[in-house]
Amino acid sequence: MTPSDLLSILPLLVLVVWACALLLVDLWLKRKGVTAFLAALGLALTAGLALAQAGEETTAFGGMVALDGFASFLNVLFPLSGLLGIAVAYGYLKRMNIERGEYYSLLLFSTAGMMLMAHAADLVVVFLALEFLSLPLYVLAAFARPRLDSEEAGLKYFLLGAFASAFVIYGIALIYGATGTTSLSGIVAAIEAGSLGTSGLLLTIGAALFLVGFGFKVAAVPFHMWTPDVYHGAPTPVTAFMAVGAKAAGFAALLRVFVTAFPALDADLTPVVWVLAALTMFVGNVVAIAQTNIKRMLAYSSIAHAGYILMAFVAFGNPATRADAVASALFYLVTYALTSYGAWAAVIALEKQDPSAGSGQAASGLEINDFAGLGRRRPALAAAMTVFMLSLTGMPPTLGLVGKFYLFRTVIEAGQVWLAVIGVLTSLISAYYYLRVVVVMYMREGAPETTREPWLDFTWAVSALATVILSFLPMALFAWASAAGVMGF
Amino acid sequence: MIPLTYYLVLSAILFTMGALGVLIRRNALVIFMSVELMLNAANLAFVAFARQYNAFSGQLFVFFVMTVAAAEVAVGLALIVAIFRVKHNIDVDQMSSLKG
Repeated sequence: MTPSDLLSILPLLVLVVWACALLLVDLWLKRKGVTAFLAALGLALTAGLALAQAGEETTAFGGMVALDGFASFLNVLFPLSGLLGIAVAYGYLKRMNIERGEYYSLLLFSTAGMMLMAHAADLVVVFLALEFLSLPLYVLAAFARPRLDSEEAGLKYFLLGAFASAFVIYGIALIYGATGTTSLSGIVAAIEAGSLGTSGLLLTIGAALFLVGFGFKVAAVPFHMWTPDVYHGAPTPVTAFMAVGAKAAGFAALLRVFVTAFPALDADLTPVVWVLAALTMFVGNVVAIAQTNIKRMLAYSSIAHAGYILMAFVAFGNPATRADAVASALFYLVTYALTSYGAWAAVIALEKQDPSAGSGQAASGLEINDFAGLGRRRPALAAAMTVFMLSLTGMPPTLGLVGKFYLFRTVIEAGQVWLAVIGVLTSLISAYYYLRVVVVMYMREGAPETTREPWLDFTWAVSALATVILSFLPMALFAWASAAGVMGF
Repeated sequence: MIPLTYYLVLSAILFTMGALGVLIRRNALVIFMSVELMLNAANLAFVAFARQYNAFSGQLFVFFVMTVAAAEVAVGLALIVAIFRVKHNIDVDQMSSLKG
């Protein structure tokens, strides 16, 4: 371990040390607002350091960790999503009587795990990062204890998450058995040497198990059963953070591993990913129609969006479209992160404690019908929510349209026209349930009780503005994502 | 020397037993034990491959997996205890406050 090794993961190190320190400092802090501020400061510092690393390309710790455009792009995205996770949680935790300082430390630890995932150039590190980001999330999902729905969400997430990790680790074991190494560049070298023989089968099975494990993590159909329950039961700020961060980290690992190590398995894996993507888009969008609870609807919407991002993987085996596939997937992750954080912030603004159920037992205000009359009561919030719904559908003038455009273009360039057609058709289906929210907000009479909290209002306002403004100048963001698409070590 | 295949078959059997256990059993603790069985199946595969390649890296990986499994136990048992305090029951079929 040399100083340059440590320097290459400096943002991550700073964040981990900061989180440990925060855990201790919090013991002496009476006002949890100070903890929130310190946590946000740490995340901002991390994002700044990661930004300063942009353009560097190096490997560290004997090839275990890579610092490249891909890593530094995501290492800016993850702390920013953590910052929004704090912004939406600060008032909510107070309001729901669950203001505990651990929330912020756990969030920081989970963000650090996501950043490690973006760096991972070795399957050992992928596995460690996966657990590092998941374990704090299991606790966060159960954070509203003794509320039973939150505890059940935590346990379900934990059991399914551990189950998925077991698939990942067994897949890694078989890949190790087939190639004799766990480093991504070593796997490529072993495949190119062509001395695999019967081990080739072992490698394919290993890669498939790896895909199953991460299919659970990113909530791809048919491994999505946990998602609606967990997203529904977890405290809403945690759900927002989970939907954005954990999904982005899962896709980061999949992109890195598939694009670097597995292009040779293209013929075996592409049909599998094709079917996964098509199923995920279809099931996610169709089942979302039947939901009456906004959290469950957004959960199925998040499943559907995992399907759209999975489309990019169909293009990974084709060398001509590989860089575009990574760039459009990253661009879509940013799009989804912005939009869904905004939508979740709007949900949090309407959520309140159920007075009939005693202290902090359950929450209400989460049915889609509770949005009735929002257009009159809170015009700005309703307008923002409309932007988010349009963006999730993929309609102009929002970033969602641009994101989908880049994705569909990549898929068509890779020669998978039918998958793009399925993508467009399922987007049309999704318009039904997204626009229903808009209709309810403006066309139905109602008097929703909403909360005004400065940081929450800040989150949805900024997300809405960014979703609209960035859609007019997407080239800067896409150029950055394209630069991140080049992964060389 | 016992051939590699024997170890791999045993590890595959353990992994399948674990996966079936997760899918069939309804007690949260037993499900959790089944997950641990799956992790240990992976450990066995790692050690067997490490001997095959005469390399240490596979054995090192096992330590990582064991450490992570220990961390998972801490979080998992805490969650199970927290639920048991409220419900006096850890049957996953009765965790139905989240249906919709």
